Amino acid sequence: MLLTIENTRKGEDARELGYLLQKHPDRLQSFELAFGQCHIFYPEASNERCRAALLLEIDPVKLVRGSGGKSKGDAPLAQYVNDRPYVASSLMSVALGKVFRSAMNGQCKDMPQLAETALPLTIELSAVPVKGGEPFLQAVFEPLGYEVEAERLPLDERFSEWGESRLFQIRLKTDAKLKDVLNHLYVLIPVLDREKHYYVGAEEIEKLLRRGEQWLKDHPLSQVIATRYLRNKKSLAALALERLAESENEKQNGDEGESGTANDATAQNTAGTEKSVGQEEALEKKLSLNEVRMDTVVERLKDLGVRRVADLGCGEGKLLSRLVHDFFFQEIVGMDVSIRSLEIAERRLKLDRMPERKAQRLKLLHGSLMYRDSRLNNFDAATCIEVIEHLDVPRLNAFEKVVFGQARPSYVLITTPNREYNKLFESLEEGRFRHSDHRFEWSRAEFRSWSKDICQRFGYSVDYFDVGTADPELGPPTQMGVFCRGD
Amino acid sequence: MCRALVSDDETDQGATDDAFDVLEYIARKRLARRKLTVIDATNVQQDARKNVLKLAKENDCFAVAIVLNLPESVCQERNKGRENRNFGSHVIRRQKQLLRRSIGNLKREGFRHVFILDDEKTIESVRINRTKLWTDRSEEHGPFDIIGDIHGCFDELIELFEKLGYDINRTAGDDMNIVVTPPHGRKAIFLGDLVDRGPKSPAVLNLVMNMVEADHAICVPGNHDVKLAKKLDGRNVKIAYGLAETLEQLEKQPPEFSQKCKEFITGLVSHFILDAGKLVVSHAGMKASYQGRSSGRVREFALYGDTTGETDEYGLPVRYEWANDYRGEAHVIYGHTPVGEAEWINRTMNIDTGCVFGGRLTALRYPEKELVSVDAHREYYESIKPFKTEDLEALGDDNHNQSNAQMATPRPAASAGLLSLSREGDLLDLDDVFGKRRIEIKYVPGTKNIITIKEENAAAALETISRFAIDPKWLIYLPPTMSPCETSRANLEGDGTAESIGGFLERPEEAFEYYSSREVFDVVCQEKHMGSRAVVIVCASKEAAAKRFSTSYDGAGVVYTRTGRRFFTEDDLEREFIEAVQEALGKSDFWKRFDTDWVALDCELMPWSKKARDLLRDQYAHTGAAARASLGMANKELALASARGLEINELVERFSEKEKLCNLYVEAYQRYCWDVKSLKDLKLAPFHILATEGRCHFDRDHLWHMAEIEKINSAGGDLFQATACIKLDISREDEVRRGAQWWEQLTGTSTLFKEGIVVKPLNFLARHKGNLIQPAIKCRGREYLRIIYGPEYTQKENLERLRNRGLSRKRALAMREFTLGMEALESFVRHEPLYKVHECVFGTLALESEPVDPRL
Repeated sequence: MLLTIENTRKGEDARELGYLLQKHPDRLQSFELAFGQCHIFYPEASNERCRAALLLEIDPVKLVRGSGGKSKGDAPLAQYVNDRPYVASSLMSVALGKVFRSAMNGQCKDMPQLAETALPLTIELSAVPVKGGEPFLQAVFEPLGYEVEAERLPLDERFSEWGESRLFQIRLKTDAKLKDVLNHLYVLIPVLDREKHYYVGAEEIEKLLRRGEQWLKDHPLSQVIATRYLRNKKSLAALALERLAESENEKQNGDEGESGTANDATAQNTAGTEKSVGQEEALEKKLSLNEVRMDTVVERLKDLGVRRVADLGCGEGKLLSRLVHDFFFQEIVGMDVSIRSLEIAERRLKLDRMPERKAQRLKLLHGSLMYRDSRLNNFDAATCIEVIEHLDVPRLNAFEKVVFGQARPSYVLITTPNREYNKLFESLEEGRFRHSDHRFEWSRAEFRSWSKDICQRFGYSVDYFDVGTADPELGPPTQMGVFCRGD
Repeated sequence: MCRALVSDDETDQGATDDAFDVLEYIARKRLARRKLTVIDATNVQQDARKNVLKLAKENDCFAVAIVLNLPESVCQERNKGRENRNFGSHVIRRQKQLLRRSIGNLKREGFRHVFILDDEKTIESVRINRTKLWTDRSEEHGPFDIIGDIHGCFDELIELFEKLGYDINRTAGDDMNIVVTPPHGRKAIFLGDLVDRGPKSPAVLNLVMNMVEADHAICVPGNHDVKLAKKLDGRNVKIAYGLAETLEQLEKQPPEFSQKCKEFITGLVSHFILDAGKLVVSHAGMKASYQGRSSGRVREFALYGDTTGETDEYGLPVRYEWANDYRGEAHVIYGHTPVGEAEWINRTMNIDTGCVFGGRLTALRYPEKELVSVDAHREYYESIKPFKTEDLEALGDDNHNQSNAQMATPRPAASAGLLSLSREGDLLDLDDVFGKRRIEIKYVPGTKNIITIKEENAAAALETISRFAIDPKWLIYLPPTMSPCETSRANLEGDGTAESIGGFLERPEEAFEYYSSREVFDVVCQEKHMGSRAVVIVCASKEAAAKRFSTSYDGAGVVYTRTGRRFFTEDDLEREFIEAVQEALGKSDFWKRFDTDWVALDCELMPWSKKARDLLRDQYAHTGAAARASLGMANKELALASARGLEINELVERFSEKEKLCNLYVEAYQRYCWDVKSLKDLKLAPFHILATEGRCHFDRDHLWHMAEIEKINSAGGDLFQATACIKLDISREDEVRRGAQWWEQLTGTSTLFKEGIVVKPLNFLARHKGNLIQPAIKCRGREYLRIIYGPEYTQKENLERLRNRGLSRKRALAMREFTLGMEALESFVRHEPLYKVHECVFGTLALESEPVDPRL
């Protein structure tokens, strides 16, 4: 919330900064903003050293209540005790755009040539949350010619066990035109912490383009910057990049990743999950294990001659999309406990644009494997792909009864990680699970012993299959049990 | 009418088919609701009647035909008087012909009764009197002693009667002449299968017949009895499953006796509905939709239960466990299939404990719901099938019956060899929680009796419960949210105690006023601890836990959060914690004093940082760190600018104030945090004894709760944290002042800085004009609120805006959640089915997903 810009140009009057910014060095100037005020003053203004400070005074009550002036009342508590008033964020960019507009546009009434002159500038930001830490700061600023000094701020001296903060005090040094520096800051400050305070819409692209057209497309991290600026809205980000570099053939990944499944009620609970978004996928990426998994499952289903399938815990519909495009399968149900996942699945499957006859074969259900559900009766097969490890062990009991005791399809296909294989994931700490929401990961022996017990109790038999290339000693990355009801 | 509904024209003959579809739909809905349904149509064609009869059959009810068989001339005459019915006289003539042809066949077609009214005079004078069905004896309220399958075990039956306090007159000295008389007002109910396999079937039959005749007993038929009657009627039945023994024993009786038995059995009604519909008795059970109905399949169900139509490896029919699905209101008591222990499954109980197989003969006293049983004198008959406990376990019985498995008695299996796949009364159905819910409140007087849960809230709760909650069998209560007091009206400038730092958002005067304006003057104020809410359920032993909560979890208790999540992620810590609470309860003689082997406590568990570490780290400490760094740097720069002589003093002051407030904010959250390395670092503050076996404690006042908890606390040592508490009479001004001072001292003194206080009516449940009012109002401390409203909330311009807050939503929610919490516990202590308890708990969580200002 405090930004200082210091000019130390030798042989000239450093106070020329005042002309460039069009703010007099010997006066305090304050401006009203939608979310509070900003003040500009010069802590130092000598001929050798002239430093302008932009101090944001954010109104915390206004920030929460929004422009309507009335509290919406449904924001999570986190929003009320909030770092926004005290960090440099997109609010800082808004302030920059407002109070230094002409400087950003390279206009300088009194000394036009000065705007086109590179100056020895030092920028300081009092506190910035940076996802990705110092390496990210360097990767973002160094290609643009900055010398980066970053000091990580202490989180809480009394509770060292809480770890480090993700806040940095940042000092940037460069010899550059002020307008370029301001445009860099305008785009990059919100990129650092990835949070934007207002709705990200198409007009955001315009802003990004205007402030970034000179330099963004040559920046090695252009895609990351665009994505983070547009707050992870990939489709918007893709659009922006396309327009930035028409001929460039960047590989676009349409995937949204395993997005969080939190809603308000569970926000607190899933905070942990959200952070590990894509964690498991990243880990398993080299194998594109998920692809192999789906191939294996579809292959088995076809071998078994199964035409009516319920995918239990369908998530965002990866298996469903394969099943629905394959007319071998006549009736497909995808069920998940997360409404958000189902919404994403629905969007991805583009059900609304599918020919009616094709779409009719697929139904998405909100449901839970902890409750008996008559909608799941009479299927040829049920698939539970990477599902059971998300259930607490004491609750597996209910899962078993719901699937094997009540739904009782002819076949049940269950895949789950093989813990033994974890040794081969270099980035995975010993004893950790592949995903932070995993409640357990089983060895092959453990999975088999559980499966055997199921067969005995519910009258099924089971065969095991490898998913992915098996290690001679540690087995496959994922194990699959195909259960067959014995009648 | 239906024709007009579908086509806007009640004479549109082209709409007839659609109109009949609508008619049928309406009739179906009415029948499902057990309403008398009259279908007034010409119905002269057999096809039309066929549909009506089918409808009756599908709903297991009788169809009665009332025929208006008037002369054609009358019909023609009347038709002329109606508008838009000029379809010619031949139509009526034709209808009359069809009717004439039909009349004789109506009985054969399937109408139970046919009434033919031949002239106008009869029709005018006729009255319709409804008679109730044979199965309906709802006017009998008991008390009853319901006795399971006897199978000729006469001696055990007499012994059981003795134990039940019946008078046994043996003066005649002969089994066939014993007279048994119930204690005054009681009645015995026999669930059938009086005969076969055992040694004294005729004596049993004789006694039962005499008791029924004397109106001392009620009897429903069992499949064995019915088969015997068929045999006695000279029909060809397979002599098996112990029928041979009965026939042999009957040989020794005079032939008139057999004749009498045959008539008695043939006259028995499949099942009875008793006690205003609250009790249903039948031999093999009765699902809700069949209760009080009458049809072939209802009778089959009563005799044989629900079978899947499949057969098992012994060639015997596979029984469907209808009790698992049972969601009816009536208690259904039945027998038919021997079980090791009689136990409630969704308001049903099978009390056939296999006497003839060497088990026990069991009676259920109703409405006391006490089980009384006597051991078999010996094993009279061996089942076709091996029936050791472990075999049953392997067949899919689960932990639900673990407590039974531990009993010494072996579990006899299927009687007629019927195989029970699994008893899963503990498996919840999606229909128990899904979609828009209307939860009926039975046990909380003075509240609305229905609480509605919106569909989207239920959906949110489904996800949370499924992914994070502990086993629903433990989840017998979720704490309600609590409303703060109205915003303080105290002068913004402060009242002297805090002049240097401005005004208040909350003060206790408003909490007191909430109650005094509702004519509640005796209140208690309790210190509000700042940790995390924890529901602690502890049992006297692991065995007690397994028995009362019948869960697979092998500990002696659980601790869970206000959203039903397991509190501890560390197994060892959880175990040590439970053991420590267990020890305190034991030492304070709690189990004996409360005559219980489990307790549910509502508590606060400290420190806050134990459960909220991520929130503290990512939100609170993060914000504090940013604020301190930024404000520190800003104030340095401002000082430089000021030193340069800039006119900047106002800004300097404001920002130095901000820095001060942010430091206070950091201190505020730090106060409630400390590192937890072991049990020693935890503090538990129970504030309410929710429930123990057989009762909730909502009817005790808070001083009782505090006193009882104090006993536990002092026995429990360091783990326990006392809760400061004072009682006030707020009709007196000095008492109000004393309460306010107490609050100031607790929340505003630097050594304490407690979160705040909770003001509660002395009596747990307080009413105003017959309605329950808020059971508690919180009033939080000024410093504490910094971590709720932000570091700078106390600044005058902020406080002014924050004062405008609406409490009505929060209060309505608090009320509904409180009611649901009570209802859940009351249902649990009354041994209501799991789904009833879970419905309420689920409802509480669903309500928590309503959008309400989280700062309240």
